[in-house]
Amino acid sequence: MTALRTSRSGRAGQYLALLCYLVFLAFPFLWLISTAFKPPRELGSLHPTWIPEDPTLDNFRQAFDEQPLLQAAANSLIAALAAALIAVVIATPMAYVMARHRSKLSTAATGWVVVSQAFPFVLVIIPLFLILKNLHLINTLFGLIMVYVVWALPFALWMLVGYVRAVPRELEEAAAVDGAGRLRTLVSVTAPLLAPGIVATALFAFITAWNEFFFALVLLKTPEKQTLPVVLTHFLGAEGAADLGPLAAAAFLATLPSLVIFAIIQKRITGGMLAGAVKS
Amino acid sequence: MASAAPRSGEPGPSRPRPGKPRPVRHLDHGAWFLVLPALIPILVLSVGPLLYGISLAFTDSQAGRTEPTEWIGTLNFQDLAHDTLFWDSFRIGLLWAVGVSVPQFVLALGLALLLNQNLRFRWLTRALAIIPWAMPEVVVAIMWRLVYNPDAGILNETIRDLGLGDGRDWLTGLATALPAVIVVGIWAGMPQTTVALLAGLQNTPYELHEAAALDGAGAWRRFRTVTWPALKPVALAITALNFIWNFNSFALVYVLTNGGPGGRTRLPMLFAYEEAFRYGQFGYAAAMGCVMVAVISVMLALYLVGRLKGGDEK
Repeated sequence: MTALRTSRSGRAGQYLALLCYLVFLAFPFLWLISTAFKPPRELGSLHPTWIPEDPTLDNFRQAFDEQPLLQAAANSLIAALAAALIAVVIATPMAYVMARHRSKLSTAATGWVVVSQAFPFVLVIIPLFLILKNLHLINTLFGLIMVYVVWALPFALWMLVGYVRAVPRELEEAAAVDGAGRLRTLVSVTAPLLAPGIVATALFAFITAWNEFFFALVLLKTPEKQTLPVVLTHFLGAEGAADLGPLAAAAFLATLPSLVIFAIIQKRITGGMLAGAVKS
Repeated sequence: MASAAPRSGEPGPSRPRPGKPRPVRHLDHGAWFLVLPALIPILVLSVGPLLYGISLAFTDSQAGRTEPTEWIGTLNFQDLAHDTLFWDSFRIGLLWAVGVSVPQFVLALGLALLLNQNLRFRWLTRALAIIPWAMPEVVVAIMWRLVYNPDAGILNETIRDLGLGDGRDWLTGLATALPAVIVVGIWAGMPQTTVALLAGLQNTPYELHEAAALDGAGAWRRFRTVTWPALKPVALAITALNFIWNFNSFALVYVLTNGGPGGRTRLPMLFAYEEAFRYGQFGYAAAMGCVMVAVISVMLALYLVGRLKGGDEK
């Protein structure tokens, strides 16, 4: 919808409101960046400034010295990559069936997807903790990846079902008429058309796993196994005694991958996923 | 970050439906072959643990217990009924969920209406709205701790600059802690809500607005008679979802205050987490989870009603 004619004062009010939103959305993030580049002297100042007078990279260096950030980033990368890949590989065929066949299974799966969004994680993590403990998979990335895969499946399925439905059925039928079997049709006709949707789904699964905190906190015990969000909390130390500079620097770095990926796929996600969540 | 729930219904009849599901009662062997790789992990690692989790609520399961776990009926729930700390946290959880979801809805609706206009800098707002969405919750919390920092934080400095006093220790003050974390919750969830509402707005037919404008309806009237009726199902669904996600949230408040000061921000999830993984009371914590489910079920029902209504209208 485009705007209907609005009075000049109405326009001014709209811009003022937009400005307020911009400030609200931007200021904590700008403050994080500002803090990350400040030397200790400025961080200790009772009159903090927006722009560092004497910007420095020391905080970044110190952050890597204080905590095993590289190891943590590597752990996060492995867990998120593995979870995203496995989730997409196993979800795509199921999503295909759910989109193309109306069966009791599809109904049950859809119900499960809704319910799994609503359950308090504590009800799932306690049994998972006990199961993984019996399998000696506590404090291993493998155990965490298993949990992430299942945790990523609901929205992966749901995004993919939407993408499959967008592929015209006639194309598949044409291939079938030409004598291609089901698998052949899937691989040579449907899959290429689905590829962008599959990539978007995988990237989204990657970000959610990269950002995840609760499961990682419960399942990973030793610093060399922990993922980035868990290691970040070590910077906080005891009751508020945080080293602000390195804390801000590390937090800023941890955000960059998700921000970049999200900027790339944002359109696809907002178009497909959220629209699907709230309207039928 | 919480992800949203799925679409189950088909697209509205007004749109062409290229991928319309064909009614098939039974899956053939080929279909089962495609379904099993996802179905098995779902059953083993999600549905199974969920049922196991519910059953744990009726046992005395504890960490590091040598004797076998015993079935104790509803004893955990009876204890829970008298656990004033839990009910405090339950009350705080409700306050937090309402305190975040409602203002978030109002603000997001305003923003969505603005972004639906032909304004310059609209793209900038859309770009900025990505930030809270893409950030790890832990980083969001750390970022706001820097903002709220009593000495080196920008909030108190701004208050001092404006001559409004010395500012305060927001996150550790008994009265200010909960409002302070609620503001962070609102900030963190704005983008999802805004985008959902924007999608709803873009679904309302423009011709209706024009017709209403021709009839002399002002902006408020057009909103009330044209925009709102079309948006209502979406609004109901997204608010119910927000409530559920917020009621279940953990990371944000864990990093901001860890439930302090004096339990003033101890959400039910934080309480259950401590009970399970600090004190090892698995059965008791599972019972807490079950009680949380009861509240969530009400909201889930609301959400489903909203979705069904949304399906009817188009």
